[in-house]
Amino acid sequence: MFPAPIDRRPAAVGVAYRTALPIALLLWLLPLLAVALTSIRSAGDITAGNYWGWPTTINIVENYTAIFENTPIGKYILNSFKVTIPTVIGAVALSCMTGFALAVYRFRANLLVFFMFVAGNFVPFQILMVPVRDLTLQMGLYNTITGLALFHIAFQTGFCTLFMRNFIRALPRELIEAARVEGVSEIRIFWFVVLPLMKPAIAALSVLIFTFIWNDYFWATVLTQGSDTQPITAGLYSLNGQWVAAWHLVSAGSIVAAIPPVAMFFLMQRHFIAGLTLGAVK
Amino acid sequence: MSIPAINQRTLAPWIFLAPGVLFFLVYVIVPIFQSMEISFYAWDGLGERTWVGTGNYVELMDDEAFYTSLKNNVIWLVLYMLAIPAGLFIALFLNQTVWGIRLYKSLFFFPFVISQVVVGLVFSWFYDPSYGLMNVIITSLGFDAIPVLADERYVTYGIIAAGLWPQTAYCMILYLTGLNAVDPEQIEAGRLDNARGWRMLWYVVLPQLKPATFIAVVVTVIGALRSFDLISIMTDGGPWGSSRVLAFYMYEQAFSEYGFRMGYGAAIAVVLFLIMIIYISAFLYKMYRDERDL
Repeated sequence: MFPAPIDRRPAAVGVAYRTALPIALLLWLLPLLAVALTSIRSAGDITAGNYWGWPTTINIVENYTAIFENTPIGKYILNSFKVTIPTVIGAVALSCMTGFALAVYRFRANLLVFFMFVAGNFVPFQILMVPVRDLTLQMGLYNTITGLALFHIAFQTGFCTLFMRNFIRALPRELIEAARVEGVSEIRIFWFVVLPLMKPAIAALSVLIFTFIWNDYFWATVLTQGSDTQPITAGLYSLNGQWVAAWHLVSAGSIVAAIPPVAMFFLMQRHFIAGLTLGAVK
Repeated sequence: MSIPAINQRTLAPWIFLAPGVLFFLVYVIVPIFQSMEISFYAWDGLGERTWVGTGNYVELMDDEAFYTSLKNNVIWLVLYMLAIPAGLFIALFLNQTVWGIRLYKSLFFFPFVISQVVVGLVFSWFYDPSYGLMNVIITSLGFDAIPVLADERYVTYGIIAAGLWPQTAYCMILYLTGLNAVDPEQIEAGRLDNARGWRMLWYVVLPQLKPATFIAVVVTVIGALRSFDLISIMTDGGPWGSSRVLAFYMYEQAFSEYGFRMGYGAAIAVVLFLIMIIYISAFLYKMYRDERDL
């Protein structure tokens, strides 16, 4: 293990390390802690300029009910879920199939198709922006949740294919060969042999895509407008415009927007990290 | 082997690929070429397109704002790379087995999980000239407050610092995973040879972290070139357009209140795409080499 385990060092080093840990964490998360603390301040504290001290009153209930009652934040959150969940299901389903095809079969265009997915996944969004908006308009899906989700499904399929293909490649090939010898059809091999083994990859991608899409801001502003369709990221931006200097409300809104992906991360941490490393770092 | 089985095997991959490939072609691959085409037109997004040839690109050559954006993109690219050593540093710091370390690792990773919109709001507030924490500290030390986001000289650096926060967390997790896979025997062998500290890190550990470093570079470059959210949230390109990058300038030209210049915007996007293509090719080349070795 590198660096050398603290316990092999003199006791004083161990104590110093254990003290340094919480201090480092506090400094690292300081901006976030300040937001959390401010989200429970009263408006009086804000006008009095008490931004960084302890709140004089704990207004947790008032502030959080205020944002839900006075703003469409609940709607924004709901829209976020409506975009995110179908995207996760769609992109994972499509990439299970593409990943399977690219990992299992040898055919001439294999690497070409694979590289198309990988390269497309890395392009700057801006090069897609004008045509995708135009296409969405023409399909009559501009400013709809469907339009936004359809684009996300297509784009995320690139990354998901990269991941799934590498994952299936690492599975023992003998399983598939054995099934073929038994005369099992290709579709049944996919469904009964490979798919059950893909559960960890499906879990990893699901949490990862959930976070990516939940946090998407660019496409939300390009393809939707208004509180009926916009997800929370875009909603927070427009609320920020309305709540000039109402930092306790901005903070509460930010916290609400951050909760779902944070919860997802904590619940499925191991899978999340496996996904982030693109499966390349074991 | 029977003939139907072989037929099935040549046909099967295309059936499995069809829906995914179709979606990807329609929404990603074709639009790239459409953008290239649009960049040769003047178009407001609704009416008729007018062919202007290389007109948009010629105009770009003389556009002060384009050069500001390009310069800022370079600054982003260079400074964003700091996330890699910083992430490695934190990973080394956290790669211990004391009680509760798992929770520490997760909490250090936090900034990456939350949306850049939230990161942007948090940092705008941190930088606020009258009550932001940064200026509270600066003024308490007896210096004048710095309005980071309103000063042309500092604004880009201020936004990059905000971006480095989640990006460092990302690199950290890549290195933590990588450090887990470092071969303990080589470390022990290094210790017997009296390699310690920096020498051990440089000659024994870093070579084994190569895959992690590679991914860290890839995601950091892409993160730097995709920088849009933070700029939009924190400054909207200001003050006076001084914090724009190509990604933001393109959006502004194509969709904002400044008019709907789709062709001009597309031309900017093509330039950005050409920069990105260098990295994409390098990535594909490496993948190709790895594939061949298998």
